[in-house]
Amino acid sequence: MALLKIDKLSKNFYLHAQDRQISSCQDISFDLKQGEFIGIVGLSGAGKSTILKCIHRTYLPLTGEIVYDSRAFGPVNLAAATEREILYLRKYEIGYVSQFLNVMPRTTAKEHVMSALLEMNEDPARAETAAEEMLAYFRLPAALWDIYPNTFSGGERLRLNLAHTMVKHPRLMLLDEPTASLDNKTKLLVKDMLIRLKNTETSMIGIFHDLEFMEGVCDRVYNISEGAFVC
Amino acid sequence: MRLTETPVLTVRGLTVRYGDGCPACGTSLEKNRCTACGTVWALRNVSLELFPGEVLGIVGESGSGKSTLMKSLYFDLTPTEGTARLRDYRDGGASIWEASGAERRMIKNLLMGMVYQNPVLGLRMDFSAASNIAEKLIAAENRNAAKMTGRVTELLDAVEILTSRMGEAPKNFSGGMQQRVQISKALANNPALLLLDEVTTGLDLSVQAKVLDLIRKIKARYGVSILLVSHDLAVIRMLADRTIVMLDGQIVEIGLTDQILEDPQHPYTQQLVHSLI
Repeated sequence: MALLKIDKLSKNFYLHAQDRQISSCQDISFDLKQGEFIGIVGLSGAGKSTILKCIHRTYLPLTGEIVYDSRAFGPVNLAAATEREILYLRKYEIGYVSQFLNVMPRTTAKEHVMSALLEMNEDPARAETAAEEMLAYFRLPAALWDIYPNTFSGGERLRLNLAHTMVKHPRLMLLDEPTASLDNKTKLLVKDMLIRLKNTETSMIGIFHDLEFMEGVCDRVYNISEGAFVC
Repeated sequence: MRLTETPVLTVRGLTVRYGDGCPACGTSLEKNRCTACGTVWALRNVSLELFPGEVLGIVGESGSGKSTLMKSLYFDLTPTEGTARLRDYRDGGASIWEASGAERRMIKNLLMGMVYQNPVLGLRMDFSAASNIAEKLIAAENRNAAKMTGRVTELLDAVEILTSRMGEAPKNFSGGMQQRVQISKALANNPALLLLDEVTTGLDLSVQAKVLDLIRKIKARYGVSILLVSHDLAVIRMLADRTIVMLDGQIVEIGLTDQILEDPQHPYTQQLVHSLI
């Protein structure tokens, strides 16, 4: 069985104030196998992020199924799972990385990464060691580990985001335009890291603007236009 | 495997009504007030569940019933109808609103802690900070002075209040310090449930950050479940796992916090989220 099977996923937004329906994606279907990396490309507003946010359940899908073969519960339709199940899966199995950093106030980079493990009831000393290993893995300079990350550059924030998500070793990772606004050198660094992650059997779906970036990283690439896949 | 958690708190059909009500109440409400008889329905048929270790955010405009819900749970007012079952009170077999006076004191002292927006309601301002906390400890049958001093010190330390100031009365403290004393008092007997009513409102940004950080640490360290009322969506985004949206005494939407904020379904929630600066 595929790790993730999306069947006829559609999502609309209804704006009550304007009495308007906005269609975001229609009839999206695809499978993701264990260890596979799927890339999604398309213009801004084409519906790329909508697919990822429906999988993460930040958006409520309108119709369709998103069946994820979870370690904890077996096959779960993420479109209809309970909020508690979704929270559990986010905590232990599904990671989401965007270009934006959402850190609690007065939290250092290392504490931010540790917090991902502490919420899984990991021992604090082991969480600290794992956080340091992950920050080093993503090549965030040690001098930044004990600093509040609101002063970090885009590349540093992204590496911190990746470390925060990857320290939990999720089975499924959703990458929502993580390389947007990065310079080429940093992009290459991220590309190298994603290839290394792929080798750890983490399955990934990523949204990128840059076709060149996806070469050698993605097993398959889907192009989305006006909310639907095009060949 | 299926998730089979027992909720720490289960509220069913909570209704708080000011007035006798009339047959027209069901159809003649203007916001939450009956135009026929003048009865105000502060809460109407509110049901929710709070799970172990969860932070459940409650948002809504002033007068939507958020604080009435908290006050009902902490026995500050008597609901008209409904039940609230605590996992740790009679194994969830009875509503706390059926409890006797002695049981209610036990529930308030041992099973839940409350932090009010206005510290005057939660603290004895003329007693020392240490006495405020010790009062809770004594209510839980603690009698050993040395142990109590140790616990008071530990609690004040956890909320970053210098122990050298534990002998001072909270009336001499800043608003942020008073909130932190309230939090340490609420945590005194390791309750499974913490009720936080607008705890960061009126605090300046740096103090607000300190209180938020404290709540996060408390959640991680004590595994306490938190009902968090706030009109500040940034606070809700940071702390709440799930969020309830209230309007005119009713729950109009409940969902994962990021879903509520990014894909709101109800007209009021959309209006609220689109008002974000």
